[in-house]
Amino acid sequence: MNFDDLFRGFEELTITGLAQGSVYALVALGYTLVYGVLRLINFAHSEVFMFGTFAAVWIWGVMGFDADSSRPAVWLALLLILVAMVFAALVSGGVAMLVEVSAYRPLRKRNAPPLAFLITAIGASFVLLEFMALPFMSDRRQIGMPPMLPTAPIISVGGWEVNPLQLMTIVVALVMMFSLDWFVNKTKFGRGIRAVAQDANTAALMGVNKSRVILLVFLLGGLMAGVAAVLASMRTGYTRFNIGFFLGIKAFSAAVLGGIGNLRGALLGGLLLGLIENYGAALFGTEWKDAISFLVLVALLMFRPTGLLGESLGRARA
Amino acid sequence: MRQRFTRVLGGVALVALVAAGAAACKKEETPANSAACDLKIGFFGAITGADAGLVTPIKQGADLAVAQYNEKNPNCKVTVAPFDSQGAPTNASGLAKSAVADTKIVAMIGPAFSGESEVANPIFEEAGLAGITPSATRPSLSSAGLKIFHRGVGNDDAQGPAAARYIKDVIKSTKVFVVDDQSAYGAGLADKVKSTLGTAVIKSTKVTDNQQDFSAVVSDVKTSGADVLFYGGYTEEAAPFLKQLRAGGYTGKFMGGDGINDANMISVPGATTAEGVLATCPCAPATAAKGTFVADFKKAYGNDPGVYADVAYDVANIYLEAIKAGKSSRADILSFLQSYNKAGSASGVTYKWDAKGELAPDQVKVYVFEVKGGAWNPLAEAPRG
Repeated sequence: MNFDDLFRGFEELTITGLAQGSVYALVALGYTLVYGVLRLINFAHSEVFMFGTFAAVWIWGVMGFDADSSRPAVWLALLLILVAMVFAALVSGGVAMLVEVSAYRPLRKRNAPPLAFLITAIGASFVLLEFMALPFMSDRRQIGMPPMLPTAPIISVGGWEVNPLQLMTIVVALVMMFSLDWFVNKTKFGRGIRAVAQDANTAALMGVNKSRVILLVFLLGGLMAGVAAVLASMRTGYTRFNIGFFLGIKAFSAAVLGGIGNLRGALLGGLLLGLIENYGAALFGTEWKDAISFLVLVALLMFRPTGLLGESLGRARA
Repeated sequence: MRQRFTRVLGGVALVALVAAGAAACKKEETPANSAACDLKIGFFGAITGADAGLVTPIKQGADLAVAQYNEKNPNCKVTVAPFDSQGAPTNASGLAKSAVADTKIVAMIGPAFSGESEVANPIFEEAGLAGITPSATRPSLSSAGLKIFHRGVGNDDAQGPAAARYIKDVIKSTKVFVVDDQSAYGAGLADKVKSTLGTAVIKSTKVTDNQQDFSAVVSDVKTSGADVLFYGGYTEEAAPFLKQLRAGGYTGKFMGGDGINDANMISVPGATTAEGVLATCPCAPATAAKGTFVADFKKAYGNDPGVYADVAYDVANIYLEAIKAGKSSRADILSFLQSYNKAGSASGVTYKWDAKGELAPDQVKVYVFEVKGGAWNPLAEAPRG
């Protein structure tokens, strides 16, 4: 245990932990939405995220920006990021809907048992992963991201230094999550989602189009993952075909930590996981980072099996 | 009655099949003994994947030698049989077994990395398939007591201390942070650097294979106040790590071993970010190779030869020399290697192996390379101990 490192780097560890946690939270929403409505763990969601990172590379590439480009002016960078976020969100949303239509819907039509869905999810994940690994796609290579935002701190109060990317990550993630929360709890579509989550058959009797609601849920999860993909890849600085794997596991853990099926739980779980990881790494050495976060997850589930905020989609059951 | 007839017919067919099979086998054997034709040289390493940047020039060097040989011997061509491990030790066992099963493969170039060598070499040993690695540098590979193992370059007993001496004597740093990826190669190299530097190492930590987010290590490096970071590992993790270090505000030097000495170390973080990165290599610069190698390589591939391309070229030529001399079995080639003693035409290194499969220490040079203007440039030979 190295308390010295924890105290010395506390501010930085907190900020980077929150930024990373925001990305976890955004991806966790995809798991949580689908689980809340279908009781299905969509393992292909990590690949939905991965497609978002490549979408960003492609759209920036088309506009003439690659790893060797020089850093663009701030206004241009913001514009480029916005374009990439929209494009990546659309690509990820599209991939998520494609998975639903081609992999899960046929199973639902045949009333397949839950295990069949789980195996299909893993299969769909492999299909997407290996598709991106094909020679005419990424050829298993790592692809660097163009530099975007300046790296110098934008906020500096005492020991607390926040760089533009961290600020953007946290703000964008919060905005996305509150919009989603509002969408699910306040709009007509959201009511449909909550209705299907509560009781799909009764909702259908009340005139809710179940298939369309489920498709919407996959789309929403994909949109969040696409935005997260742009934020995350600006941070890691590169992408490759299997980049979704670890992040998918982390985001899934975050969803479970907060209470899977619960939107606010995903936010809480994501941010907590990001912080735990960083503090744990400082205390025990960076090589223990992942071990610590999973240890905390296991310990928590022993006392609160449904996660911190419990299982439910928003306030659907209230 | 009819059933019996069928059975007899079936029996006859079976006998015929076996006989035909035996005849076919014989047919294959006879010409192979008189003239060593259609033999194959295996190439084992990360031909695709994130680590391919390091292996591509090696493969190109070997391919070039074979292509030149085939041009001169059009009636008796040799082919390169690729075994793409993607650099992962977990892929090595299956690939090594399929290499061993192909009896046309009489020699092996590689495996390119140390981790996969630890898995594959014992399988090659069992089959008596001789190998020369042009790039795997973990010292313990040669102490496993394997007859088939030969190393065409120096090892990390030379590379690690040389890198450390460069940090100490040339950069003159006393605040070094050492990171390794816990691989057979990376951890071994980092340990050598640490033990040579001694108290100049202010902190060390480990990352993992496939790690993507290095923020915790970046904070650690920054708070430690180190001005040199030595990374023992491969480009796959080093490239994003470097990028995140620079984005996180680390301004000190970044140095690694031959595992990061490849083009992806520049292309993934971007040339501006990679500027000034240092990497050692227990080899002389391939761009300064002797003879027509550099020109031939440029003509064939349109770019300068990368690290170890010259070594792979020489290694392939040793095998081709053996095949030309009528050595057509694995055992023949192995004994050919054991008594070999000649300088390579490209690297100029005298290839004469001791009983463990290592080159003579005076043949091993460690060079330091630096990224300058988006390319690796040889900087200087690291100080000798």
